[in-house]
Amino acid sequence: MNLAVKIGRLRLKNPVMVASGTFGTEYAELVNINSLGAIVMKTITLRPRSGNSPPRIVETASGMLNSIGLENKGLDDFIENKIPSLTKVEVPLIASIAGNDEKEFVQLAKRLTKIRRIAALELNLSCPNIKYGARKELIAHDEKETYRIVKSVRNATGLTLIAKLSPNVTDITKIAKAAEDGGADSISLTNTFLGLAVDIEARKPRLGNITGGLSGPAIKPLALRMVWEAHKKVSIPIIGIGGIMDYKDAIEFILCGASAIQIGMANFVNPKVSTEVIDGIKKYLTKNKIDNMNMVVGGLKS
Amino acid sequence: MAIKQLKARILENKKLSQDFYKMRIKSLYLARNIKPGQFIEVRCSESLDPLLRRPFSVHRILKDSIEILYEVLGKGTKALSQRKSGELLDVIGPLGSRFTLNTKRYPLNAILTAGGIGIAPLVALAEESAKRGNKTYVIIGAKTRSRILCETEITPRGCDLMVSTEDGSKGYKGLATDVLKDLLSTLNSKPPTIIYACGPTAMLKTVAHIAKERKISCQVLLEEYMACGIGVCLGCPVKVKNGTSGYEYKMVCKDGPVFNAREVIW
Ligand SMILES: Cc1cc2nc3c(=O)[nH]c(=O)nc-3n(C[C@H](O)[C@H](O)[C@H](O)COP(=O)(O)OP(=O)(O)OC[C@H]3O[C@@H](n4cnc5c(N)ncnc54)[C@H](O)[C@@H]3O)c2cc1C
Ligand SMILES: Cc1cc2nc3c(=O)[nH]c(=O)nc-3n(C[C@H](O)[C@H](O)[C@H](O)COP(=O)(O)O)c2cc1C
Ligand code: FES
Repeated sequence: MNLAVKIGRLRLKNPVMVASGTFGTEYAELVNINSLGAIVMKTITLRPRSGNSPPRIVETASGMLNSIGLENKGLDDFIENKIPSLTKVEVPLIASIAGNDEKEFVQLAKRLTKIRRIAALELNLSCPNIKYGARKELIAHDEKETYRIVKSVRNATGLTLIAKLSPNVTDITKIAKAAEDGGADSISLTNTFLGLAVDIEARKPRLGNITGGLSGPAIKPLALRMVWEAHKKVSIPIIGIGGIMDYKDAIEFILCGASAIQIGMANFVNPKVSTEVIDGIKKYLTKNKIDNMNMVVGGLKS
Repeated sequence: MAIKQLKARILENKKLSQDFYKMRIKSLYLARNIKPGQFIEVRCSESLDPLLRRPFSVHRILKDSIEILYEVLGKGTKALSQRKSGELLDVIGPLGSRFTLNTKRYPLNAILTAGGIGIAPLVALAEESAKRGNKTYVIIGAKTRSRILCETEITPRGCDLMVSTEDGSKGYKGLATDVLKDLLSTLNSKPPTIIYACGPTAMLKTVAHIAKERKISCQVLLEEYMACGIGVCLGCPVKVKNGTSGYEYKMVCKDGPVFNAREVIW
């Protein structure tokens, strides 16, 4: 059976990745990391960021809101300490980067291109918890900006580029197309949906940052619809993300047009979920007498 | 000790009073490896709502089982209260840092100060402390009599128990921190005293202040909302002092939940 997928120059042995910000080597004792297709690492920025004030998370119906605010130790620490610490990890590592502006994105991409362990870059154009530069808007909310940033990074690196887009837009297909035109090898859909939760006794927002990003099963139908729409408009592979809890959810994304998937907060609930999804996909294919995963991609019947 | 995901059989899930429950789960691994102050992340139900695991401190460490003591607050703890003995509970642990105690050769005055459900982790600590030959005092404070827990479980094990209620319905009328101050004024500086505390933030802040004024070492167990419980999501920060930049965030689940009170920015 062939589960392998190609994304740009990157070859994955199976389509199951873990999403940025939801996985780390802390899980090494609980799940066989080397069975994964790839690991998308926590987003890094050029300089360290201390993140937002607490509370940073709150559970909502079948999901959660987070406002971590891209807490990270910055690019230098990533290269000097983080990457060398991952000696036991054999699967492709995808670095996720966010810049305040075009210059920072390019700088991040150039430095990481020299790091042999990095197999691809995911451009986080869509974290709802920080404001990018003076525009105070997410890059992935604007076609032209998306095109411009992707294009500049494209010119700066030969690494496989994945543009991670925001679902908080009127027409996802336009942004997806802009990323493709800019030279992205793939788009990942989606990042979290902007949301809010209220403590009615205190009459206050539950998050320190007031708003946060919604993830989990609550967003799955919304993310599926976006993958399905984008799949009709772009020809680069799509990575489906949003509320995947088991292999059935993963197959839904694949049928809607995702060539691969990422698992986010489900890792918190069940650290073994990614390997269970891989096994489940294999069983599904066997049961349906399909020997190549790629035959299912976009196979939604009308 | 290695963190494991286990299916532990529920041996007992007993209602103690209005909103408080005690659950005992079978696990030789946890019984042998978990230490006072550490916690487990519990999948309260297999449903999608509640979805995230919930953290609970180890309340008592027995031969081949451990206990948690919990208060029903919302949907997670409600679901947990409905679990039946015989069922398997999906838990991850042992997680987080432990309380540090002395070695047997150098006994201490150990004062454990609990506010409400904050008694849960302190019982495991009290038992360990008494075993090490410490003079162990346990102060339990609560709003009212019905919210005083665990009395019978602590007293037999060589600890001095003191109770306070805000309404005076049991024990001293006032706050646990008042009892702490009184007790400290009666103790000599030999052997040295150490304070351990768990409870509402306002109480912990007062305890930290009392300890600092008297130059007594103090460890606090902090709580924060958690998603992963293991240090991955960066969702459970606490502000701690940092020499160079004034402050930094540490994660309650991984760097804590037990912190040196002096380190915390209250
Ligand atoms: C390290 C650690 C150890 C803990 N040990 C115990 C224990 O031994 N016994 C026990 O009863 N509880 C303990 N807690 C708190 C317990 O995890 C929460 O009460 C529980 O998660 C609430 O879940 P829920 O779905 O019932 O309530 P929710 O619907 O999530 O919330 C109900 C109420 O509880 C408060 N709350 C929720 N989560 C937390 C939290 N993590 N910290 C503080 N307040 C919270 C909320 O503000 C809300 O008002 C511990 C928490 C931590 C972080
Ligand atoms: C706690 C938390 C932290 C996250 N951090 C990042 C991040 O640093 N970069 C990023 O691109 N996405 C981040 N995400 C978004 C996830 O990668 C994913 O896109 C989203 O959670 C939807 O997937 P899910 O429903 O499977 O969780 C984060 C999500 C969560 C819950
Ligand atoms: S709960 Fe995820 S880092 Fe602490």
